[in-house]
Amino acid sequence: MKSKKKSILDFNLLYIFIAIIVGFIIGAIFLAIVGFSPAEVYGKLFGSVFSKPKYMVWTLMYAAPIMMTGLSVAFSFRTGVFNIGAEGQFVVGEMAAVAVAIFVDVPAVIHVPLCILAAACAGACWSLICGLMKVKRGIHEVLSFIMFNWIAYYLANYFVNLPAVKAEGKEASRDILESASIMFPEKLVKLLDCTSANWGIVIAVVLAVVMWIIIEKTTLGYKLKAVGFNKDAAQYGGINANGSILSALGISGALSGIGGAILVLGMGGRLSQFAGQEGYGFEGITVALIGSSNPLGCILSAIFYGAMKYGGSKLTMIKAPAEVIDIIMGCVIIVIAISHIFKILFKKMGKKEAK
Amino acid sequence: MSGFIVILGLLINATLIATPPLLLAALGSCFSERSGVVNIGIEGMMTIGAFTGTVVALFTNNGWLGFLCGGLAGAVFGVIHAVVCIQFHADQTIAGTAINFLGPGLAIFLCKAMFNNSSDTPALDTAAKLPKMFNGVFETGSFWYNVLNIYSMSYIVFIFAFVCWFVFYKTKFGTHLRAVGEHPEACESLGINVYLVRYICVILSGFLAGLGGAFVTLATVSQFRPTVIVGQGFIAIAAVIFGKFSPEGALKGCLLFGFCGGLKSIIGMYNIVSPNLIALIPYVVTIIALIFFVGKGHTPAANGKPFYKAR
Repeated sequence: MKSKKKSILDFNLLYIFIAIIVGFIIGAIFLAIVGFSPAEVYGKLFGSVFSKPKYMVWTLMYAAPIMMTGLSVAFSFRTGVFNIGAEGQFVVGEMAAVAVAIFVDVPAVIHVPLCILAAACAGACWSLICGLMKVKRGIHEVLSFIMFNWIAYYLANYFVNLPAVKAEGKEASRDILESASIMFPEKLVKLLDCTSANWGIVIAVVLAVVMWIIIEKTTLGYKLKAVGFNKDAAQYGGINANGSILSALGISGALSGIGGAILVLGMGGRLSQFAGQEGYGFEGITVALIGSSNPLGCILSAIFYGAMKYGGSKLTMIKAPAEVIDIIMGCVIIVIAISHIFKILFKKMGKKEAK
Repeated sequence: MSGFIVILGLLINATLIATPPLLLAALGSCFSERSGVVNIGIEGMMTIGAFTGTVVALFTNNGWLGFLCGGLAGAVFGVIHAVVCIQFHADQTIAGTAINFLGPGLAIFLCKAMFNNSSDTPALDTAAKLPKMFNGVFETGSFWYNVLNIYSMSYIVFIFAFVCWFVFYKTKFGTHLRAVGEHPEACESLGINVYLVRYICVILSGFLAGLGGAFVTLATVSQFRPTVIVGQGFIAIAAVIFGKFSPEGALKGCLLFGFCGGLKSIIGMYNIVSPNLIALIPYVVTIIALIFFVGKGHTPAANGKPFYKAR
C-alpha cells in the first residue's frame, strides 16, 4: 500500500497537472481583478479549441512549430546545455526554407524534403557556431546564443527586403512555390471540413518519436545523458564530452530549424518582416519544461500550449486580453520549478496520516 | 569639419541615450549573478518597470515618482525570483524564464485592461517625463547642446555605476556578496547569512532592472508599448557576461552596446546601407571581441546552484 502511494507521488504528471490548475486559478484571479468573468473567458478559451474539429486542427497547426522548438530545447537540456538560442535557429530555419522554396523549382516530392533539409542544416550550423565558441574559446553559451538570436533576427529582416526576395508592395518575401507547400490541398481541406490544415504536426510527432528513440535506445543518447549528468565523470569514463556537447547542439539546432520550415511552408507561405522576436524559441523552453524534457512529453505539452495559443487568439472576440495566457504559462512554469517542494510536503503529510 | 563635429555630437548624444537603461539593468544583473543567482528574467523585470513607470507618471504627472515606482515594480518581481530560487531552490534559469513570461504578459494585460483594450498607453506629456539638464543653456543643434543637454538621469546612471563599484569592492557587504557567489558553504561557516545576502542582491537586481525599463518609457519613448523593451534585458545580461560579472566591466559592455546603438541610429539617418545590416553591428562586434580579445571569463563558482542551509 505504502509503496503504491509513493509511486503516485513521484509521478511527474501529477505535479504538472497541479501546476496547470494553479496557473489557471491565478489567471482567473487576475481576470477577476480587472473586471472580466473568468468563467466567460475560460469558456471562450476552451470553447474555441474544442467545440469543432476544425478548431482542433488549428490547435495542431499552432502546436507543430513549438513542438519542434520544445524538442530542440529538451534535447539540449538532456546534455546539460541550455539552448536559449532556439529562437535564432528557428529564424534561420525559416530563412533557409523560404530561400529554397522560392528559388529552387523541383517537383514537390523533392522540394519539400529539400526545404526541410536546408532549414535543418541552417539551424544546426547556427547552434554549432555557438557550440564551437563554447568548446574552443570557453565563451558562455547563453551570451553567444543571445547574440545569434538577434543576428538571425536582423539577417532575416535584411533577407526579406532583398530585391530578389521581396514581394512588391509588401513587407514580406514572395510567396513560396506551390510545390514546396506542406498545406493540405484544397479538396482534402474541404473534405475534412476545415479552413486550413497541414502536415506539420505529422512531421513533428514523427521527429519526437525519433528523438525519444535516440535518447533512450542508442549509444549516442547514453553518451549525451552521461555528459549531462556529470561532464567530468563522463570524460573520465571515456566519453568525448566536448564532442557530445557539439552533437547535441547540432541536433538541437536542426530541430529548431525544421520548426521554422514547418511554420513558413505550412502556415505563412512567406516570411514577413519581423517587428519583434516571434518567441517560438522561448515558448519551446516552456514546452520542454512542461514536457519534463522528454520528447514524448513534448508532444502533449506542445499540443496543450498550441491550444492555449489558438484559444488565446480568439479572446479578442470578447475583448479579453490574450496575455492572460502568458500569465497562466508563467505561473505554470514557476509551480513546476518548485514542484519538489510539493513532493516533500505531500510525503510529510502522508507520514503524519500514517502515524 | 563643422559637419563632422555635429555628427560626433549626435553620436555621443545617441550613445548617452541608449546606454542608461542597459547600464541600470546590467548593474542589477551584476549583483544577482555575483551573489550566485542567475537572473535571466531581467527582460521581464524591465518590461513591468517600463509599464508601471509610465502609468504612475500618467496619473501623477511626476516623472521621478514614475521612475521610482518602475523600480519598485521590478523589485516585486525580484522578490518572486528570490523566493522561488533561494527559498525553494528552484532551477534559476527556469524561474527566470517564467519571469520573462509574467512580466511582459502582466504589463500588456493590465495595459489593455486600463486603456480600453489598447496595448499602448497614451503618450506622456513632457512635464510627466524625466527632465533634461541644461535646457535652454546651449544653442539648439550645437555640439555642446547635443552632448550635454540630455536627461539628467543619464548622468546619474554613471554615478550609480561608480556607487556599485564602490559597494562591490570597498564595503563589507560587497566582500560578502562576492564570497557568497563563490563558496556559500564557507561563508555560512563564517557566520554570513547567505540567504539574506542573496535576497538583497536579487531584489536589488529587480529594482535596478525596473528603473532601466522605466527610463526607456519615461525618457526616450514617452509611452509604453509591447515592443518598447524587446531584447534590452538580454543585451544587459550579455554586457554583464562580456564584462566578466563586474560593475566596471558591465559599464564597458553597456557603453559598447550603447555606442553601437547610437551608431545605428546615426548611420540610419543617412540611409546608405540597409538599416538591418547596421543593426547587426553590436552583436557582431561583441562576438568578435569575445573570440579575439576578451577570452575566457570567470563565472562565479556557485552561480546557478541552489544553496541548502546546513541543518
